[in-house]
Amino acid sequence: MAKSTDVMLERRPSAALIMKAIDDKALVIASLGTPNGDVAGAKDRPLNYYLRGAMGCGSSLALGLALAQPERRVIAFLGDAELLMNAGSLATIGVMRPKNLSIVVMDNERFGETGLQMSHTSFGIDIAMMAKGAGFLVAATVRTTTELERAVTAITTGTGPSIHVIKVKAEKPGRVKLPYDAVWGKNRFREALLGPDGIV
Amino acid sequence: MKDWRDEIHEVLSEAGIRQVAYLPDAGHSKLLELCEKDNRMRMIPMANEFEAIGIAAGAWLGGEKSVVLIQSSGVGNCINALSLSAVAQYPLLMIVAMRGEFGEGQRWQIPMGQAVRPTLEAMGVICYEARHADEVRSIVDNAATFAFQAHNRVAILLSQQLIGAKKFTN
Repeated sequence: MAKSTDVMLERRPSAALIMKAIDDKALVIASLGTPNGDVAGAKDRPLNYYLRGAMGCGSSLALGLALAQPERRVIAFLGDAELLMNAGSLATIGVMRPKNLSIVVMDNERFGETGLQMSHTSFGIDIAMMAKGAGFLVAATVRTTTELERAVTAITTGTGPSIHVIKVKAEKPGRVKLPYDAVWGKNRFREALLGPDGIV
Repeated sequence: MKDWRDEIHEVLSEAGIRQVAYLPDAGHSKLLELCEKDNRMRMIPMANEFEAIGIAAGAWLGGEKSVVLIQSSGVGNCINALSLSAVAQYPLLMIVAMRGEFGEGQRWQIPMGQAVRPTLEAMGVICYEARHADEVRSIVDNAATFAFQAHNRVAILLSQQLIGAKKFTN
């Protein structure tokens, strides 16, 4: 199987372009590792929810949230290995078909947290095609700035479920400091979304 | 006396459950039908029980309550993901239809069936076992309070003593 070698986008500016375009009411999820910093570095806000661990849970968490909040856009920034760890969730999302769910895969083709070892996508495994087979309404791979600019509209306002696999450079950008306190993260998000009643 | 499956559905309904994440088991078939007929409950069929923990957390973040209906063999698929519920103190209500225990004749079910309680407890999930029809309502009711008001992870294990052991001819 052919390796993809034409990876060219930088992850931080790519995520920032999307975060700049989101609605104030959008609900944003970031999976563990570098996607945390991609989102927090672009724009930290109480309606961002950071998974600091629990690898694989991001796509399912985004689904539960999208179903609970159908009037709000839910955007989940996930690593490629994060999503592949819970590949079955693609099929579950395909069954539920939440119109408000946009998944953004920051695909660096590496296990970024453990020494940048090659991940499955570096061997040509195509997450967008898997998602297409699983019933996603929109499933695209993004390799260039032009494609990314086009994708931003679909991610922030288009009908879902959508998945955009953004091919990004295998790099280790500087860490963005974030609390590890998971109860705080949950309560901050719920208070911002549900008001004072969110803290129970 | 009402059928215990109707009682479980009633308690879930009274508790305000809106999302039902499930991977079917024969022991859950009637309860699944009752939930499906309830238009306030959204049915979410999972490909792997691992998904349940993220779905439950996402539902809670969005202001909804959920329940997880799975077979005992699927409990093993949830173990690592249960870190999320534990570290963030997410309410979690699982109802597990047991295999591999009382009266089991299919030996492939035994290892996971016997490991359900110790593995769940090792991850901080509080387990209640229901063996008799007349105790089911009270157990589910109290488990729901424990989960959604006191923010615990709770699993109700529906014993084969209650649901009946599947018969095998060797």
